[in-house]
Amino acid sequence: METTEKIPQKTTTSSSGGLNLKATELRLGLPGSESPERDEHGGGGVKKGSGGAKRGFCFSSDGGSEMGIGKDGALFSPPPREREQASVIKEKKLIHNQNHISSASAVKEQVVGWPPIRSFRKNSMATTQKNDDIDASEAKCSNCLYVKVSMDGAPFLRKVDLKNFATYKDLSSALNSMFTCFTISQCGTHGVSGRDKLSESKLMDLLYGSEYVLTYEDKDGDWMLVGDVPWEMFTNSCKRLRIMKSSEAIGLAPRAMEKCKSRN
Amino acid sequence: MKKTAYSFPEEVLEHVFSFIVSDKDRSSISLVCKSWYEIERWCRRKVFVGNCYAVSPPILIKRFPELRSVTLKGKPHFADFNLVPEGWGGFACPWIRAMAGAYPWLEEIRLKRMVVSDESLEIIAKSFKNFKVLVLSSCEGFTTEGLAAIAANCRNLRELDLRESEVEDLSGRWLSDFPDSYTSLESLNISCLGNEVNLLALERLVSRCPNLKTLRLNRAVPLDRLPNLLRGAPQLAELGTGAYTSEMRPDVFSNLAEAFAGCKQLKALSGFWDVLPSYLPAVYPVCSQLTSLNLSYATVQSPDLIKLVSLCEKLQKLWVLDYIEDDGLEILAASCKDLRELRVFPSDPFGLEPNVALTEQGLVSVSEGCPKLQSVLYFCRQMSNAALNTIARNRPNMTRFRLCIIEPRSPDYLTLQPLDDGFGAIVEHCKDLRRLSLSGLLTDRVFEYIGTYGKKLEMLSVAFAGDSDLGLHHVLSGCDNLRKLEIRDCPFGDKALLANAAKLETMRSLWMSSCSVSFGACKVLGQKMPRLNVEVMDESGPPDSRPESSPVEKLYVYRTVAGPRLDMPGFVWTMDDDSALRIS
Repeated sequence: METTEKIPQKTTTSSSGGLNLKATELRLGLPGSESPERDEHGGGGVKKGSGGAKRGFCFSSDGGSEMGIGKDGALFSPPPREREQASVIKEKKLIHNQNHISSASAVKEQVVGWPPIRSFRKNSMATTQKNDDIDASEAKCSNCLYVKVSMDGAPFLRKVDLKNFATYKDLSSALNSMFTCFTISQCGTHGVSGRDKLSESKLMDLLYGSEYVLTYEDKDGDWMLVGDVPWEMFTNSCKRLRIMKSSEAIGLAPRAMEKCKSRN
Repeated sequence: MKKTAYSFPEEVLEHVFSFIVSDKDRSSISLVCKSWYEIERWCRRKVFVGNCYAVSPPILIKRFPELRSVTLKGKPHFADFNLVPEGWGGFACPWIRAMAGAYPWLEEIRLKRMVVSDESLEIIAKSFKNFKVLVLSSCEGFTTEGLAAIAANCRNLRELDLRESEVEDLSGRWLSDFPDSYTSLESLNISCLGNEVNLLALERLVSRCPNLKTLRLNRAVPLDRLPNLLRGAPQLAELGTGAYTSEMRPDVFSNLAEAFAGCKQLKALSGFWDVLPSYLPAVYPVCSQLTSLNLSYATVQSPDLIKLVSLCEKLQKLWVLDYIEDDGLEILAASCKDLRELRVFPSDPFGLEPNVALTEQGLVSVSEGCPKLQSVLYFCRQMSNAALNTIARNRPNMTRFRLCIIEPRSPDYLTLQPLDDGFGAIVEHCKDLRRLSLSGLLTDRVFEYIGTYGKKLEMLSVAFAGDSDLGLHHVLSGCDNLRKLEIRDCPFGDKALLANAAKLETMRSLWMSSCSVSFGACKVLGQKMPRLNVEVMDESGPPDSRPESSPVEKLYVYRTVAGPRLDMPGFVWTMDDDSALRIS
C-alpha cells in the first residue's frame, strides 16, 4: 500500500484508449457545482461543496502543498493534449504503455517530498539546467519555479513547482484540483501563443463569465492575467500566482491589455 | 545557619556553574536541589528550545530571567520537503515580542524553520542594544525591508546569517543601511537572496570590517567583483562565491587567482553556482589549506571536479553533486584522509534513468579510505546488503548515516532481497550511531535490528518501509535515546502508537504522514496523554466528518508543558481532553 489516497481510475480505462481526455477538459461552472466526472479527482470521502451554498474547503486529499505530475515530459513527450490532470496520478501504467516510448517499468510519478531535497536546492539546480541551455547573457530567474498560490478567501497558501507543467492547461488542472470548490476561468487554458491576441471582448467574457480568474505577479511586480504569453515566457517571469475574484481582476484588465498589446 | 561543606556562597556556585555549558549538564545541575535550581536559573545565559511549542514565552522568561542567547526551532523537519502545508505555524513574533520586553540585554537569536515577519525584525533591531548574532536558518516570511532595519540599527551586530531562508527580495538597497561607522561584522551569509545587492556598499562594508571571517555571497554577485571583495578581506576564513562564471578572460582569471592566493586563512569554500570549469584553477592556491568544500551547486564534472577535490588534502567536509561518480570518490578516498563528512546530492533526482556513474561502490570506497568518516548523506540509485555490510564494518565510528535510494522500495539490486540486513549491519556495528535515514525495500526486520542495536539513536527517518505495526513497535520500545522520529508512507498504525504512548513523552516529537493511524486512535492518545500535543493535519476537512477508523493524513505529536497551541490554522486539530474538536 503506497499511500492512503485511493483514487478511482474510472476514466483511465475508457474506450478512448486510456487517454483521459475528459479529465483534462476544463469546465466553467458555478462554484460548488460539481460535474460527475470530477468526483474521482476529489479523492474518496471528501466532502464536496453544495451548489451555491457555503463554500467549504474541499481540497483534494493529495496532501502536501506540492502538486506533482510525472516528471516525464522530457523523456516521454506525449502531446500536451493527452497529459493528465495532476491529481489523477497514481497509476499511469496503462496510459503510458499505450503512448509507450521506452522501458516497461511503471512511469515515475513525482511523489510529494520525494526524493527528500529541499526546495532551495531544487530551484537552484533547475535554474542551472535552464541556464545551460540559454545564452548566459539572458536574465537569470532565481525565484520563479516554486511559486506560491493564493486564493482570495482561502485560509492558506499552496506552493506549486512550475517546472512540473508544460502548458497552461496542466497548470490550470492542477490548480483546479487544489481548490476544487472553485472554478478557474478558462483564461490561459488554450495555451495561447504569442500570436493570439487576447481581445477586449474575449477578456470581458472571461471576467464576467466566472467568479474567479487566475492571475500572476510578474518580474516587474505587475499583476497579469495568466495565459497571455507563451508558456516559457510565463514560467520565466512568474513570481507568484493568485486566484483572484473576477470583480477585482477587472481592474487590472486594462493594464493587462496594454502589456499584451505591447508584447504582441 | 551552621556552615557546612555543602553551603558554598551562591557566588562560588555561580562561578562553578559558569564552566558548565552543555544544556544537558545545566539541566542536571538544576535538578540537584532547590537552591541549585534557583542559582542555576539566574545565571543561565543560553537556552536551546528544540520545539517552540514545547514551552511558551512566559514560561521561559519566568524561569530564566537573564538570558543572552536563545535558539528556537519551529516546523518539523519534513517541512523541508514540502510535507507541512503553509500556515502550519512556527511563528517567531510572539517570542520576539516577549523577549523584547524581558531581555533588553539579549545578544543572540537563532531561529530555524520559523516564520519571521519584518515586524519581528524591526522589534529585534530596536529592542536589544547589544544585539550581536542573528541566524535565520530555513526561515521565511520576511523581506529585505526587515533586513534594512537590522542593518540600520544594530550597532554591535557581529553575525547575520540567513542560510537557506526564503526572503522576499524587494531590493538590494538594504545593505547600504549599515552606517559607515559600523565595523563589527564578523560573519555575513546572504547566499539565499535572489537579487543583486548593492555591490559598492558590499565592498565598502567588507573592507571596513577587520574581523570579517565568514562571507557567503549570493548567486547574483558576479565573478569579476570577487577579487575586490577578497582583497578587502584577506583575513577571511570562509567564503561563499557568487556565480562562478564569466566570459573567459585572462586578466579576470589572473586577478581572481591572485586574490585567492592572498587569502592565507581561507579554510572553507562554497557557492560555485554556474561554474565555468576554466575558472576553477583560480582556487588551486588555497586548496591545500581547505577543510570544508561545498560544491553541491556546482554542475562541474570530471576531470575538473576530481582535480579540484584531489588537491584538498586537508579536507574534512565535502558536499558535492553525483557528478563526482564512483571514480571521483575513489580518488577522494585516496587523497583526503581527514575526511569526516561526505554529502553527495543528485544532479537529476527526477530522471528515470541514471545520468551519472555513481553507485554504492563510491560510498564503499570512501568508507574504506577515510578512517575518520562519521557523517554521510548519500543519494544513489542502487544499493546492496553486501555494500552496506562492508561500510558498516569499515566505519564503526559512523555517527550519522543517511542513505537515499532514489526509487522508493528498491531492493538489493544483486539479490533482489530487502535491505534489512544491510541496515542491520549499520546499526549493529556503528554503536555510536545517532542519526539514521532509511530507504529502499525494507520489512519489519530492519526495525527489529534498529530496536535491538540502535541504543544511541536519536533521530530516525523512515519512508516507504515496513510491513506492520510491529515495525514501529520495535523502534519505540527498543531505541532508548530516541528523540525524533519521522515517518511517511508506512503501514504503521494504532496498535504500536497506543502501546508506546508513554515513550512519546520521552521524545521531542513524532511525525507520521500517509500512514495508517486512525482518527480514533489520535483522539485516544490525546486524551490519555495530557502532556503531549497530538495534532492532526487534514486538508480535506475536519477529521470528525469521517468515520473514526479513517486514517489521518498527517500526525504530529510532541511533548509540551505549554498545553495545546492557539495559533493553529484551519487544517490542524489538537486531540485533547475536550470531546469537541477545537478549531482555531
